[in-house]
Amino acid sequence: MTDSPSLRRQEFVAGMRDTLPLLLGALPFGLIYGAIAATSGLSFAATLAMSAFVFAGSSQFIAVGLVAAQTPVAIIVLTTLIVNLRHMLYSATLLPYLRHLPQRWRIALAFWLTDETFAVTVHRFQRDDASDCKHWYQLGSSVAMYLNWQLWCFVGLLLGNRIPDAQSWGLDVAMPVTFIGMIIPFVRTLPVAISVLTAGAASLLTLDMPYKLGILVAAFAGIASGLTAQRLLRARAERTA
Amino acid sequence: MMTGDETWMIGGMFAVTFGIRYLLFGLADRISLSAWLSDSLRFIPPAVLTAITVPAVLLPDGHWQLSAANPYLIAALVSLAAGIVTRNLLATIGIGLAAFFLHRLWF
Repeated sequence: MTDSPSLRRQEFVAGMRDTLPLLLGALPFGLIYGAIAATSGLSFAATLAMSAFVFAGSSQFIAVGLVAAQTPVAIIVLTTLIVNLRHMLYSATLLPYLRHLPQRWRIALAFWLTDETFAVTVHRFQRDDASDCKHWYQLGSSVAMYLNWQLWCFVGLLLGNRIPDAQSWGLDVAMPVTFIGMIIPFVRTLPVAISVLTAGAASLLTLDMPYKLGILVAAFAGIASGLTAQRLLRARAERTA
Repeated sequence: MMTGDETWMIGGMFAVTFGIRYLLFGLADRISLSAWLSDSLRFIPPAVLTAITVPAVLLPDGHWQLSAANPYLIAALVSLAAGIVTRNLLATIGIGLAAFFLHRLWF
């Protein structure tokens, strides 16, 4: 068991280094977020503030899409809540490794928890060595992701504002096209496929609902159908086994 | 400057995003997620993304445009095919955008 300044620094730098490929992966999304936000009607300051305070890529994309569709604030916040529920899975996984840390550490690591940092860090925590400073590794990964995201969102926003009348160029098509690319890797099992098809169909049946509530209702219909399909498939597998 | 609505939106998004990320860390050792709950969490992102994307593509300006003249629909179908074939997110986006602009040039 060791805990020294040099070990802390070593873990911090290793966390940054191992996150490097994911920084490159996040780069175009930061650019696209900034550029889409510029066309969505969100103000310059709000676009940057959202990256700085919310710091959640998929929620930011969805929020910009909802702003463009003139969705009320309460629905945007509620959608953000639902989209981010998956982070509970991450914190549940990391919990055993972080529960000994003081609250200030838990607050910082929670604020900076992203899909990418989770993916990198969980491997570090699960490696079987005596380092007492693995949370410094997560901090390194978190800080790298955060600074990288702020930078590229800002550059994207500048570029989006440079292009005159970007909306009429059809840059807003980047949003649905990006979402389609994000959806595909999730659809690896039959229940997820059923869930996605149901959500899509339901989104068209709920178009007349006020305040864009249809998006939430459709998402819930998709989740419910996916869970039901999964349960039925498991029950059948147990019967035949 | 941010408008009042934007301040509320970002404040609200910050509160729920941080709240969820912190909830389990803060409560530490007293929690275990039921299998049912962790199952349903996995369905959320694709379901929400789909519920936003389908109307944005089929009704790009709030009206049904179910025809080959709708560049958003063409871009969506091309990027769907590209995504299934390439399994690469950036290729999917790039090919979808290319389809959109080519469609605009030709129609």
